[in-house]
Amino acid sequence: MKRRTFLQGTIASSMVGAAVSAGLLTPRMVLAAWPESAFSAKSVDEALNSLVGSVTHSASGDIKIKAPDIAENGAVVPITISTSLPKVESISVLVEKNPSPLAADFKLAANSEGFVSTRVKMGKTSDLIAIVKSGGNLFSAKKEVKVTIGGCGG
Amino acid sequence: MAKKSIRIRAEIKGDVTEVKALMSHEMETGLRTDKKTGEKIPPHFIKEVVCEHSGKQVLLANWSVAVSKNPYLSFKFKGAKKGESVKVSWTDNKGDTDTDEETIK
Repeated sequence: MKRRTFLQGTIASSMVGAAVSAGLLTPRMVLAAWPESAFSAKSVDEALNSLVGSVTHSASGDIKIKAPDIAENGAVVPITISTSLPKVESISVLVEKNPSPLAADFKLAANSEGFVSTRVKMGKTSDLIAIVKSGGNLFSAKKEVKVTIGGCGG
Repeated sequence: MAKKSIRIRAEIKGDVTEVKALMSHEMETGLRTDKKTGEKIPPHFIKEVVCEHSGKQVLLANWSVAVSKNPYLSFKFKGAKKGESVKVSWTDNKGDTDTDEETIK
């Protein structure tokens, strides 16, 4: 199974390479390569280490996670993260107990507001973790969501 | 991939533009097995979403399989005017891609 994912990863990246040489992708999109290792990491620390090169983050009251306390359907858990922290560079969403905790990573521009909203899958009751990179430092917030029907596997 | 897989709504309030986008995509995790054949269903998901306003990137989203089916994305940014357009494009792990544009209301 591992080998298969690896092979698929290689094929995907070589396809991106082909698209680049064919001039289909702009160079800027290439710079923002998809963080393969961070997404395949099996723990929160591993994912963070791979994504941002650090596992140290301080809890911040300036990050708000809006998500249900109880999610009846783990396949669709709405989550909104908003922050009043200045100079937000990125917002990452992790589901601690998913097979691969990192669910999504958002890179914000200088004129973006510290706000993203999406829907994620949760395998079981777990903490949702939001990591906000602001001015080069990492800040975090957590919220537990109880899941009655899981959204992974089947 | 079906045509017009993205629906965008962009609304300006004061100086902040809120963009909401809904994409239709199965977002297959690769963890599920086909109940009839017992074989693993291969992953098929959107990896990257790029949102642009007048040629400048305002948001880049890197997604894993943990983003729900038919993904919803909302974000806010400053510096846009009514009548300008916002562009949203996605690329999935099979290299399929789609782009759509919407005028800011």
